[in-house]
Amino acid sequence: MSEDAKSEEFEPNIVAFLCNWCSYAGADLAGTSRMHYLPNVRIIRVMCSGRVNPLFLVNALQQGADGVLISGCHPGDCHYLEGNYYARRRFMLMHKLLEHVGVDPGRVNMSWVSASEGAKFGDVIEESVTKAKEAGPMDQFRRRRINW
Amino acid sequence: MVENYRPRIGVYICHCGINIGSVVDVDAVVEHASRLPGVVVSRNYSYMCSDPGQGMIKEDIEKEKLNRVIVASCSPRMHEPTFRNTLKDAGLNPYFLEMANIREQCSWVHEDKEKATEKAKKLVEAAVVKALLLEALEEKEVDVTPSCLIIGAGIAGIQAALDVADAGFKVYLVEKSPSVGGHMSQLDKTFPTLDCSACILTPKMVDVANHPNIELMTYSRVEEVEGYVGNFKAKIRKKARYVDFDKCTGCGDCAEACRLAGRIPSEFDESIGNRSAVYLPFPQAVPAVYTIDPERCLQLSKGKCGKEGPKCAETCQAKAIDFEQQDETVEVEIGTIIVATGFDIFDSNRKPEYGYADNDNVLTGLEFERLVSASGPTGGKIILGRDKKGEGGYEPAKVAFIHCVGSRDESVGNEYCSRVCCMYLAKQAHLIKDKLPDADITVFYMDVRAFGKGFEEFYDRVRREGVRYIRGNPSEIYKKGEDHTLIVKVEDTLTGTPLEHEADLVVLGVGLEPRQDIREIIDLFKLSQSTDGFFLEAHPKLRPVDTASDGIYLAGCCQGPKDIPDTVAQAKGAASSALILIASGKVKVEAQISVVSTDECRGCGFCVEVCPFGAIELVDENRMGNIVKVAEVNEALCKGCGSCAAACLSGAIQPKSFKDEQILPQIAVLGVKA
Repeated sequence: MSEDAKSEEFEPNIVAFLCNWCSYAGADLAGTSRMHYLPNVRIIRVMCSGRVNPLFLVNALQQGADGVLISGCHPGDCHYLEGNYYARRRFMLMHKLLEHVGVDPGRVNMSWVSASEGAKFGDVIEESVTKAKEAGPMDQFRRRRINW
Repeated sequence: MVENYRPRIGVYICHCGINIGSVVDVDAVVEHASRLPGVVVSRNYSYMCSDPGQGMIKEDIEKEKLNRVIVASCSPRMHEPTFRNTLKDAGLNPYFLEMANIREQCSWVHEDKEKATEKAKKLVEAAVVKALLLEALEEKEVDVTPSCLIIGAGIAGIQAALDVADAGFKVYLVEKSPSVGGHMSQLDKTFPTLDCSACILTPKMVDVANHPNIELMTYSRVEEVEGYVGNFKAKIRKKARYVDFDKCTGCGDCAEACRLAGRIPSEFDESIGNRSAVYLPFPQAVPAVYTIDPERCLQLSKGKCGKEGPKCAETCQAKAIDFEQQDETVEVEIGTIIVATGFDIFDSNRKPEYGYADNDNVLTGLEFERLVSASGPTGGKIILGRDKKGEGGYEPAKVAFIHCVGSRDESVGNEYCSRVCCMYLAKQAHLIKDKLPDADITVFYMDVRAFGKGFEEFYDRVRREGVRYIRGNPSEIYKKGEDHTLIVKVEDTLTGTPLEHEADLVVLGVGLEPRQDIREIIDLFKLSQSTDGFFLEAHPKLRPVDTASDGIYLAGCCQGPKDIPDTVAQAKGAASSALILIASGKVKVEAQISVVSTDECRGCGFCVEVCPFGAIELVDENRMGNIVKVAEVNEALCKGCGSCAAACLSGAIQPKSFKDEQILPQIAVLGVKA
């Protein structure tokens, strides 16, 4: 019971990297269409999902984010031809690596959201938040002060 | 320059009327921002994008010596250019602007005011930490090649081509079928004025063929496009017609002589009429040059045509038939591109309950256009049940029209309204009344949408002429007994009466769909699709002809279903957008491109491999006598995607305004819980 109550109180914080042309525009469309979604997500705009350095994922988790989302154009639709394919490969590798070091794989997610998929963006956020809630607060990477 | 001094940041929070202010506590955000590092001014205003709002920023830049500006308002996709200009007007480099999106991605999507305010504070804070590290960027201009490539020569492509060419610039008009004209050339009359479609279209078709500034390429396809706004290169394949373009006089002797004459279904006549293997799609086709269908021609597909060889070549006095002709590829350089690829009609077989495949007397709207057209296979007589030679037949006494076939229908995946069917069915009902005054005509509709100029008046007229409108969506159409009578099973939803309506002819009001080959165009130009599958415009209200790719514009039904006046208006819009670039002769290229720190570059070449544009190469650098390889960015080719930065092991290559050092502080702010 106390476990359940705890997880209900816990509101994860998710950092999202969205590409300018598809997913960021999709998130804008969700706004223009007044589709409500959870306020747990904070968005960083990049020009292409291919810009997302795997380091950003680790860094976000280190800083205390409970989840990370990368979202780009659908395969084949990349504004820069193939950036989203690179993003996908890097993500798959990083995903495995993070799982290997003990990070719940539900914390890091990737999705394709086009500029016309406002509703899908809301669903993606919902799903990421649910997964992060299941994973609980992220404190594995917290930097601890070492007393020499 | 003032920009290089210690950051002095001005933060401006917009209420956007009540759009932001009613959810986000703007005063609290202003207060929060005022305490952030480097912030010297923190203000709010009802509409930052208004003149007084921009004036406020300009005044502060001058008085408070601001060298960074944060505007927290709508999406940067909306007003980033506006505020960049504000900075420029005030003498500040426009790239010292950072925006926080607290409307589309905050106030409009969150109901919890407290959480929305906290989120807005964080977003502003992230913008401030990024702004501390922004750099001045230089905007470069390149020349624009003064020409335009237009794909698709339906009414949209034709109108756009004429406008650009009349302005005095070169146009390459590419059409994949043998003639220009598109779907409009198949129509008989046009609603609501009943202008003859051919009469208003053919003069324009002739104009594009004769215009000195238009290079018309029919029976051709664009195969490759490269380059960037102002400087595109396109490869166009002109398919072999097997008829010499210059020698053919268009006399038509070959088509009459063809062994397959009248045995191949004509695409132009929607297969209710026939053609030969060597054919002109329709009498007014432009160019009036015959084409041999390589898949049907016996000589080309089987290598043998009768015992005496091909009759067409024998008959042709101009000696224009050339079975050895090869495809030809041409390369053109253009500054702008207009995509006007049009639509396909809905495939009625996807609604099997309407019995289109099984009954000859169930026609699509477009087939009916050909049937009723004076240039059609029956010469404009509404005759059904003709034999193979096109003789005999009877006139229908009872006709039923069905609305919304393939439109507003989730079961086939098309939620949208096709915008033309209500009116073309009303027009077709009128044409029948005109030609067969005694015919009994019933229209089955869901709603009648008569929204355009003169539409409602026309709809009233048609009803006064005695056309019956019954509200109901038929569930089934089937044959009654052995004769040709069809039964339309439907419920009259206004009276709640189930009907089994008899008809000799059923016309399906098929909707408009994205082209089957739309994927080819997407791959060529990297265009996006809306949820309905048509091409996505850059902004639904304010940039309806632009695409997300600079220098590429949309015209006509490839962007969404439209009637002819709307298509022409959009084509003129696309032409004028293309002309803005061509006429000004210059275009600003992306300033936010990648830059290499040569000291850190180890010359591994990973960035070269991932760059989608081939914009990076390895060059020699002399490092204290040692020749080493380092990456170098070609500024004209780089588009600033940043794929290289994610691949770089040492972080030596970075896209300007999206450098690691600018993004990591944002992560640090946003990653921490409020």
